Amino acid sequence: MTTTPTETPAERAADLQDERLVRTEGVRGAVLAFRQRVRGGDLGSLPVVIGLIVICAIFQILNPNFLSANNLVNLTLQCAAVGTISIGIVLVLLLGQIDLSVGSVSGLAAAILGVGLTQQNWPVAIAIIVALVVGAAIGYLYGLLFTRFGVPSFVITLAGLLAFLGLQLKILGPTGSINLPYDSWIVQFATSAFLPPWAAYALAFIAAAALFFGDVRRASRRRKAGLSTGALSVTLIKAILLLIVLVAAVAYLATDRGLGATFLLFVLLVIIMNFFLTRTRWGRSVFAVGGSVEAARRAGIKVNRIYITVFILCSSFAALGGLLASARLTSASLSSGGGDTNLNAIAAAVIGGTSLFGGRGSAYSALLGILVIQSISSGLTLLNLDSSIRYMITGAVLLLAVIIDSLSRRSRASHGQA
Amino acid sequence: MTMESAVAEPTSATREPVLSLRGVSKGFGAVRALTDIDLDIYPGEVVAIVGDNGAGKSTLVKILAGVHPQDSGTIKFDGQIVNIPTPTASRALGIATVFQDLALCDNLDVVSNLFLGREIVHGVALDEEEMEQRSWSLLRQLSAKIPSVRIAVASLSGGQRQTVAIARSLIGEPSVVILDEPTAALGVAQTAEVLNLVERLRERGLGVLLISHNMADVQAVADRVAVLRLGRNNGDFHVADVSYEEIISAITGATDNVVTRRASAHAVDAAADNAATTAAAEALAAPSAGAVSEPLPNNAIGIDDETEETR
Ligand SMILES: Nc1ncnc2c1ncn2[C@@H]1O[C@H](COP(=O)(O)OP(=O)(O)O)[C@@H](O)[C@H]1O
Ligand SMILES: [Mg+2]
Repeated sequence: MTTTPTETPAERAADLQDERLVRTEGVRGAVLAFRQRVRGGDLGSLPVVIGLIVICAIFQILNPNFLSANNLVNLTLQCAAVGTISIGIVLVLLLGQIDLSVGSVSGLAAAILGVGLTQQNWPVAIAIIVALVVGAAIGYLYGLLFTRFGVPSFVITLAGLLAFLGLQLKILGPTGSINLPYDSWIVQFATSAFLPPWAAYALAFIAAAALFFGDVRRASRRRKAGLSTGALSVTLIKAILLLIVLVAAVAYLATDRGLGATFLLFVLLVIIMNFFLTRTRWGRSVFAVGGSVEAARRAGIKVNRIYITVFILCSSFAALGGLLASARLTSASLSSGGGDTNLNAIAAAVIGGTSLFGGRGSAYSALLGILVIQSISSGLTLLNLDSSIRYMITGAVLLLAVIIDSLSRRSRASHGQA
Repeated sequence: MTMESAVAEPTSATREPVLSLRGVSKGFGAVRALTDIDLDIYPGEVVAIVGDNGAGKSTLVKILAGVHPQDSGTIKFDGQIVNIPTPTASRALGIATVFQDLALCDNLDVVSNLFLGREIVHGVALDEEEMEQRSWSLLRQLSAKIPSVRIAVASLSGGQRQTVAIARSLIGEPSVVILDEPTAALGVAQTAEVLNLVERLRERGLGVLLISHNMADVQAVADRVAVLRLGRNNGDFHVADVSYEEIISAITGATDNVVTRRASAHAVDAAADNAATTAAAEALAAPSAGAVSEPLPNNAIGIDDETEETR
């Protein structure tokens, strides 16, 4: 092994001893490594971030109201419900599966909430719990059907789409539409709960501090384990950038109503799911099963349990999204969860960068993807274009995202990283 | 984990076998795949199993790996009679099997693959630092040439992937490692790398069971060769005092056979009277040509291993 005269292999971090490793340090190293990753087909969330910026720029040019605080606050509120559903879709996509019934399940949850609050006079909490439990039970059923009989998830959930749409209509009864009591807390939460600015600023600081100290702590653990650590300057720059972005966003939104509680809930759910996916055994198993079921099984992973938990989570997120949507619209009706809910949720996950082929993606794709979809929708509404155009454009963006997914997969293959 | 106590004391001949099979039989319907197999594996010893296609090598591996149990006969592990009904039971005993298709997750990095299914946790969170450090010390002990453990396994070469698969089998601290055709898909240099690795397993005091079609590999690393023929033991040799021809005749079942005739006569134009036998024997006979004539038998093995395993 060739070493520089100043350090012996023993002094060098355990992961940097191979002479073939190109070592670059500090900020420059971080930038170089990032560029190399992108070239190798590991695009991560880069395409969608660029896409989001382009979309915002175009709509801002076409209509100066697009980036107004008022419109952005509306946009965040519109994201929460379908975005929450999309988190579940990310999970099933990571396994290389699909759930086509999330729209119906969200509509069913809305119907349960509506009937529970008005006709059964349940307390709000009970209605919410019943809806979520029904969602979880549906996911459990899917999981059982999938693992016991090996029916493709595509077919199971297509059947579920119809069946639970029927159940939703049945529960809603002949009127087909129920107005939620406006003073119930869930409606208040979804329509008019906003974080006071001081709390939003505090959250921004907490997020940046968490990023910084998380990195510092990881670095010290790595150092203790004899591994290389990133430069402190990079960590600091990352945290400061995040702080600036968050504070600016909060300050801008505060000129209108501020940060909506439902959007915050959605973002928190994304962060929590990201933790579970990247930092726990369960999450590692999800990626393993998505990469190679057989390898996961032979490694002793209880594959069926992974499938079942993911289907349960997906349907539960769908139910939660349905609750948020109906609370925001203060009604549960035949059209709850209908229309483009299903496809928007699936499209958001894919546009956000989660691969349709399984094993690649991140919880953050739900957030980024739904921001793209709602930006398009909101921009076109501002331009007074109706839903026909919106559908076509969203369809085109979805197609683009799938093409990027397939291309980056091919690029990974040609760079030997398939 | 005691990965650090890598170098074991030299094996003494008087030691008990770590794995010992007596009268093991296995049938599939009308086919007697294995009949009365006896086999001993000592710690710090590499035992090669050779035999023609259909001799029962894969069946033997699967019995030890817990894919399917034997019909009769006993298996002793560390002197105790054991049952191996499931793959988990096999692993729990301390038998690590590296199947021919490796079973790695291409989308995960080396560390994740090494610790897949037995991740080290720190509370609920994965202890990535501990796992990465242990990965490095394990790979160093095996002198594995892997530049980074944080790259996806898909970007590694065939030999490196085989190395990862073998290293992974060591995470559970097994006392026996079974390698099914570890060099079948590899080039010359990578084969040498894996053979070095096998020797390092022996230095660590592990019992190694090596299935191979390649007589050159067998003669390079094995201490003993057990020959299977038509599901029965047909010879157990110390590699040091057996000739290539003797092994071949044990495999084919005759001292006077196509292979030995060819060898002694140096005949290049031996009559292809029995096309099937000749082809099969040639695959074993010509170590240098092994890579060329191997695909057929290897494919056969690869397929039956996979169909078995997917259950
Ligand atoms: N699952 C099975 N079902 C039926 N027959 C099998 C099965 N597995 C192996 N056999 C038979 O057992 C015999 C030994 O096969 P195998 O162990 O694969 O041989 P080898 O690996 O030495 O080529 C063959 O005749 C094969 O056809
Ligand atoms: Mg075989």
